[in-house]
Amino acid sequence: MDIFEILLSASFWTAAIRIASPLIFATLGELICERAGVLNLGIEGIMVAGAFAGWMAVYSGTGLWMGVAVAMAVGMLFGLVHSLLTVPFGLSQHVVGLGVTLLATSLTYYAYRLALPEVTSPPKIEAFQPYEVPFLSDIPLIGPALFAQTPLTYLAFILVGVVGLVLYRTPLGLALRAVGENPSAVAAQGLSVTGIRMGAVIVGSGLMAVGGAFLTMSAFDSFFFEMVNGRGWICIALVVFGAWKPGKALLGAVLFAAFDALQIRVQQMPLGADIPYQVFLMMPYFLSILALIVMSRRAEVPAALMVPFNKGER
Amino acid sequence: MRLEPVANPSLLRTTVPPAIAIGSTVVIASLLAMAAGANPFSVLGLILKGAFGSKFALLETLNRATPLIFTGLSVAVAFRARLWNIGAEAQLYAGALITVVLGTGLLQWGAFALLPTLVIASVLAGALVLLVPALLKVRFGVDEVVTTLLFNFIFLLFISMLLEGPLKDPMGMGWPKSERLISEARLPRIVDGLRLHWGFALALIAAVVVWVIERRTTLGYEMRAVGLNREAAGFAGIPVNTVLIKTALLSGGLAALAGFSEVAGLKGNLTLDLSPGFGYTGIVVAMLALLNPLAVIAAALFVAGIFVGADSMSRAVGVPSYLADIMLATALLLMVLAILLTRFRVVRE
Amino acid sequence: MTGAEAAQVVLRLDSITKRFGKLVANDAVSLSLREGEVIALLGENGAGKTTLMNILFGQYTADEGAVEVFGQTLPPGNPRAALDAGVGMVHQHFTLADNMTVLENITLGTRSLFSPRLDRAAARDKLAKLSADFGLQVHPDARVGSLTVGERQRVEILKALYRDARILILDEPTAVLTPQETEDLFATLRKAVKLGLSVVFISHKLHEVMAISDRVLILRHGRLVAERPIAEVDEETLAALMVGSEVSAPRVAAGQPGAALLRLHEVTTPDRGSAPGLKRVSLSLHGGQITGLAGVSGNGQGELADLIGGLTGPDTGRLELDGAHLQSWSPREAVHAGIARIPEDRHKTGTIAEFDLIENAILESYARPPYSRSGWMNWGRAEAFTREIIDTYDVRCPGPGTRIRLLSGGNMQKLILGRVLEADPRIILANQPVRGLDIGAVNYVHSQLLAARDRGAAVLLISEDLDEIMALSDVIHVISEGRLSPGFARGTMTPAELGVWMAGQGFEKETAHAS
Repeated sequence: MDIFEILLSASFWTAAIRIASPLIFATLGELICERAGVLNLGIEGIMVAGAFAGWMAVYSGTGLWMGVAVAMAVGMLFGLVHSLLTVPFGLSQHVVGLGVTLLATSLTYYAYRLALPEVTSPPKIEAFQPYEVPFLSDIPLIGPALFAQTPLTYLAFILVGVVGLVLYRTPLGLALRAVGENPSAVAAQGLSVTGIRMGAVIVGSGLMAVGGAFLTMSAFDSFFFEMVNGRGWICIALVVFGAWKPGKALLGAVLFAAFDALQIRVQQMPLGADIPYQVFLMMPYFLSILALIVMSRRAEVPAALMVPFNKGER
Repeated sequence: MRLEPVANPSLLRTTVPPAIAIGSTVVIASLLAMAAGANPFSVLGLILKGAFGSKFALLETLNRATPLIFTGLSVAVAFRARLWNIGAEAQLYAGALITVVLGTGLLQWGAFALLPTLVIASVLAGALVLLVPALLKVRFGVDEVVTTLLFNFIFLLFISMLLEGPLKDPMGMGWPKSERLISEARLPRIVDGLRLHWGFALALIAAVVVWVIERRTTLGYEMRAVGLNREAAGFAGIPVNTVLIKTALLSGGLAALAGFSEVAGLKGNLTLDLSPGFGYTGIVVAMLALLNPLAVIAAALFVAGIFVGADSMSRAVGVPSYLADIMLATALLLMVLAILLTRFRVVRE
Repeated sequence: MTGAEAAQVVLRLDSITKRFGKLVANDAVSLSLREGEVIALLGENGAGKTTLMNILFGQYTADEGAVEVFGQTLPPGNPRAALDAGVGMVHQHFTLADNMTVLENITLGTRSLFSPRLDRAAARDKLAKLSADFGLQVHPDARVGSLTVGERQRVEILKALYRDARILILDEPTAVLTPQETEDLFATLRKAVKLGLSVVFISHKLHEVMAISDRVLILRHGRLVAERPIAEVDEETLAALMVGSEVSAPRVAAGQPGAALLRLHEVTTPDRGSAPGLKRVSLSLHGGQITGLAGVSGNGQGELADLIGGLTGPDTGRLELDGAHLQSWSPREAVHAGIARIPEDRHKTGTIAEFDLIENAILESYARPPYSRSGWMNWGRAEAFTREIIDTYDVRCPGPGTRIRLLSGGNMQKLILGRVLEADPRIILANQPVRGLDIGAVNYVHSQLLAARDRGAAVLLISEDLDEIMALSDVIHVISEGRLSPGFARGTMTPAELGVWMAGQGFEKETAHAS
């Protein structure tokens, strides 16, 4: 098979969309935080926590959707910790974010060890299964790629639209975009800067956790250490690549995932046989850095990103 | 609520919040130990005993603190100039890599020539690794947080590739590990019979050197100015980008020494588990030390003690040793808050 | 205004006291505002005007006292309540989000955050009606980031009107306007008053207070020291009341012009966002002379200051320093060449807040002996230098080891003055050197600039305060949209004539001439 055949195969695009799904959730989550002016470096740890919490909930007997809700709630809890420290107290978003990642990761691993003290390989759950949308899934190429996915993938795509609508078509989105640009504009209209920012970080963190849960509940059916493996950091690059816009971020996530799916396949081709597999595994990270370099010139960063707001500063 | 700066903080204001932060960390750790079905007092006691309770424990802690002093210094230097180097992990491996490349027989020199060469080579390798994100930052304005983070993953894969390729030990039974260093490339022990190598002494020297750089040299003054107010520094004529690059070189070099010291002092070869996240833990060390190079030593000992103690406690009572990471994360988050509260008062508005 | 006495009281402040630590910002201030009335709140910088209005608007909580709007006491510390009660505030620093449109900025926060729709159509209609009623033309779909300062202020006022404000508070609204734009603003305010609104106008410009208000209240050091109907006062009385003693404008003798030390020849710089770059600017600064640069802020002053200060270079055009042609120079080269730079923002660019006085004093000269040799600092020499500045320039501080953020603005500025003047500069770039200072510090800074001029230095004084420019300058240039007017000698222009140039009108005549 050559590369063109791969690019025209349905299984390739099915995989790409699957790989993109957790990134979409987490990128949307980060985008909401950053639009409100808060960089959330807790993303990596929150994804780990979400992956574990959702899976553990299902393993202990709740339904799959309940598992997603549990993951979301756990993510929101870490979002609360992050936003309490960075918003009203205005602490360094770098330090707090890394601290939250460390906290979420270590708490997760601790909980895992407590819950399953003696296992060598983690147990499996009954994960989300692909649901073929009638008729639409029969369309060649696009059908299997877009309409034979698990419900969580559909949810990811729907969320892109929802977040876009909220951001640009509702009073809440107006306030959110304003608070990341000039918080005093929001304060002067009698709205609470602290409230909006904290809300954004909490909801955004919830979405990050769902992105993590996708890994254990849809992409795979089990929880492993290191399974998030830098996806959180990649999502931060995707937000920049998407110029803080949901639609472009979706495009970035799909492109990125397509590239990732491609490198897996090229590894198995004769062309890839002589190249160490690590080179392929490095590609996504290089691609992220490249995206940052390309976009850094023209991106419109929210003006108040990483700038704490202290009411009545003299 | 609103924060109001306190002009002349009282003794009470400067001591109580950090004490509460430490206290709360202990309480949280105790609660988690109880969740694991253990007696919190015995868990905390075992951690202390395992860290500092015997000669063996103490030496183990000093050994564990050594790489943390280096990575802590690396982060402290970078953060001082507000260069967000989250890539100490990659720079550490760069130092370890060059050490095994040169020290496994390529250079057949005596120890007095070889060891200093390895130190210098490591520093250069680490500096080079951080130079790339630093250049991307000053040339293209690419945020260094994400690039240094991503470089950690890239570099570890690179090491993995080498360990399964050109650097693979033919005698290694197929494991991805390098050949062992020749004996001239090994750091000797400080005192015969005590398991503590010269890497620790080198770390102490590095801390003093960094302190002198920050306080007494022109570069140190420039770094502090750039970190505190980039706009004013640039206006006054401080070459901000040059200073950031120099800081990156220094910071990367310091982190690489951790890799050198681990390989040459402790392990003797390079494997993929050389560092259990020393680079990331360096951030905690630097923050707990408030970026002060001399305080980095104390913070590294504290952090190393928690790790070593938690390992020993975990073996004894079966509470997962991840408790140590939780304690560090909690201490970090509460400490940055506590430090803020020593300088600001919360006013209700 | 007739019948004002009979009109309803819409706003009452009752013995408002506010302390910040030891500083009493407002000391038992009481005032009342009647329907259809314009009152002016006059006072120097730091007299407590803005604090008082922030309390009224709920952004601060008063330590004592109450705010009553239309007979209802406002809950303290709640901007929302103030807005709902009909108080609208136009802040000195605009509170607009640049990434959003005019309509979005105006409707921000006017509907419940959780209502599902924005209802733009209704908002657009209401905005159009308000625009027409008050003569405030703006395009509802324009991005705020692309608007001029004057347009932004219109958006700020419309924001208040859109929320049905009955009381408008304007904090130093004319600081950013040309004299002509100020006239337009006053016309809008007069319309508003006719429609039954009431206005609190905060300013320190006497002639504006005389022009627009019915009654003037004077604040000094946080205390209300006088309240007069405007008909009973003149500018001199107001000035005296404001500063507490008779002020006489300092008599400045003309300078002795010397050789040109710095020349710009047809210099053009790129635009920066909404701030225009320089457009073929030619300027020469002569020794022994103060050259004043008048203009509304954001018309290219920053670009000119950055160019001379060594932060940027020109796109086209030539620079000439001491007769030598140069492409551009770095900040450090500027300092070495004897250019003293007093930056516009002493907190952000002039000093490093967390550094002590010593570290701030050597900020521009640290890299050279005696402060550093082969990479090592000599802190002893740096401290001696700092002590010298402290003594010579009367910097009031606990000691040279004090963090500079603990100093008052005036003392901070004195340290900067010392830092640059001790190098015996031949060119002085003073960008808004007295903004925010009290009258004593203002006089001190001015006297130092004049002394430097008399020693033969070339001084470029950039200020938005036309009175300051006219009092000190030997030659005045006006800058507008990046274009520079010809130089006018001392005493040859009236404020109104300069205002025409500030509004950008003289230039058209010039180009018409040329073509």
